[in-house]
Amino acid sequence: MLWFNIVMQGVLIGGLYAMFAAGLSLIFGVMRLVNIAHGDLIVLAAYVSLIVTQGMGVDPLTSLLLVVPIMALIGYALQRGLLNRTLGEDVLPPLLVTFGLSIIIQNGLLELFTADSRRLQAGAIEVQAFELLEGVWIGVLPLIQFAIAVAVIAGLQLLFYHTALGRAFRATSDDQSVAQLMGLDTRHVFAMAMALSLAVVAIAGVFLAVRTNFDPAIGPARLIFGFEAVIIGGLGSMWGTLAGGIILGVSQAIGAQIDPGWQLLAGHIVFLAILAVRPQGFFPKVSG
Amino acid sequence: MTRVEHATTSSRIGVTFVAVALVLLAAAPYWGDRQTLRLLAEIYAFAALASLWNLLAGYAGLVSVGQQAFVGLGGYILFALAILLGIHPIAAILIAGPIGALVAIPVATLIFRLRGAYFAIGTWVVAEVFRLLASQVSALGGGSGISLPAAVVVAMAPSRQLREFETYWLALALTVIVLGAIVTLLRSRHGLALTAIRDNEMAAQSNGVDVWRIKFVVYVLTAFGTAMIGALIFLQKLRISPDTAFSVNDWTAFVIFITVIGGIGRIEGPIIGTVVFFMLRQALADLGSLYLLMMGAVAIVVMLWAPKGLWGMIADRFGWQALPLQRHLVFEKEMEGQ
Repeated sequence: MLWFNIVMQGVLIGGLYAMFAAGLSLIFGVMRLVNIAHGDLIVLAAYVSLIVTQGMGVDPLTSLLLVVPIMALIGYALQRGLLNRTLGEDVLPPLLVTFGLSIIIQNGLLELFTADSRRLQAGAIEVQAFELLEGVWIGVLPLIQFAIAVAVIAGLQLLFYHTALGRAFRATSDDQSVAQLMGLDTRHVFAMAMALSLAVVAIAGVFLAVRTNFDPAIGPARLIFGFEAVIIGGLGSMWGTLAGGIILGVSQAIGAQIDPGWQLLAGHIVFLAILAVRPQGFFPKVSG
Repeated sequence: MTRVEHATTSSRIGVTFVAVALVLLAAAPYWGDRQTLRLLAEIYAFAALASLWNLLAGYAGLVSVGQQAFVGLGGYILFALAILLGIHPIAAILIAGPIGALVAIPVATLIFRLRGAYFAIGTWVVAEVFRLLASQVSALGGGSGISLPAAVVVAMAPSRQLREFETYWLALALTVIVLGAIVTLLRSRHGLALTAIRDNEMAAQSNGVDVWRIKFVVYVLTAFGTAMIGALIFLQKLRISPDTAFSVNDWTAFVIFITVIGGIGRIEGPIIGTVVFFMLRQALADLGSLYLLMMGAVAIVVMLWAPKGLWGMIADRFGWQALPLQRHLVFEKEMEGQ
């Protein structure tokens, strides 16, 4: 029962990692951009939610109604104003510009909010749990978080394959110049993709902040978790990110049970092992 | 008859300038105080790290954000050899190079499966793994780190002043060796292949350059140099901990900033960048996190509007090269006829 419990906790946190990964995977799929500042944007969303919850006296889940559109707007502006200029044959500019962005966000947050660690208070729901089987307790909040992760990924999948915007995403991903010839404004399509990516980031950021303490420096580690989930799941596959997130979450949970110092290490080692034996991940859609 | 010549007027002036500067810097213990020596040694270490990263990212197209893996590894090798095996620190620095290269071989085989930006994050994961492993080694202080025992430090030289001179000259010598090795590599036929990869990877491949192999060799060689410089840095600091040894800010963000400002993909770039970086730091370090914020912004502006960096702008405008790296054909018959 102990191990079943641990695996269940790992699966549930895997949903959070899948949300980190989905935003990364989305923009990589559409414009082959890897956003090094992704983790810092997750942390930024957590701080935006902190301001909203404190300023308006609402609970973190309600704050999503504001945090999601704010982050989406930031994403649109960021892509139109800055990141579109970096796209091209050369991989260096997007990489270095998002790396610079990561440093700016981290130090900006440090300047505004200091290095103190914060936490979003979700109230009574935080400690509610129910007994799934005898001896296996499931927290209500982690379960909601997992359900939302599944819903987000299902929603992205639906959007990609059954809407006009999704068609524009896929067309631009397949061939940018042909998409342009067909009358698509790729600058706008890319900006919409980034807006959507940061909307997912907003949800992930709020759940992260309810779950654990956060401070301005924790972004890069979230980027790495998201990235590992993308690679484990296979590039370009939305459901793959969920599988990748769960594998990562379960590995970390098992590692932590063996020795607390091994939690992160176990996740990284499983990632490297999968890279060694199955570099294309489990459900690959596009080649890197 | 034709032959290939590297030197130009500007590179002759450049080489003379470098030679004079080297003599002056080697004599620094006679004209500078302790503060100056420490600052200069730090500058050398960053110039070497940036030049190595430039070779990796600027020439071989391997954009790594995980070189702190090898800086930290070098540092920990120094402490392990000196504390656990009683090896002289200078010998330990020299051993750190080959060990760094050996470790880089399996690492490269694994992360070369990732391309472009995903390669970059892959290198970061490796650095994180090294950091987490280092904090598990309780013989070297675990997560909180360890200082180099006084006995080891005292045994290096009879007096404190001599020890400081010794580390200063060591830093200068190592940096000159690293830079010299990079220049030699770039002037060789492998250097021609690397320059071809820098300019157009696909064209290089179709002209018979074994791109994978060259990148692999560059990655391993860079690890060799980075580990040695890492050991040197932590000999100066006399204390190591997983967080300082594998710091992405210190050993990657600063290094990228230096290279991008100075001019990526050119040998002179990192040197110019290091000088600018330290001038900015001396002037603005009091600003703390605001200073870092400005640094990130400057890097973005340079990358977007002046992607060749400071030296790139100068070199393109005046056709200068400070070191004899270019290749141009000299037609000897025509010269005889003139």
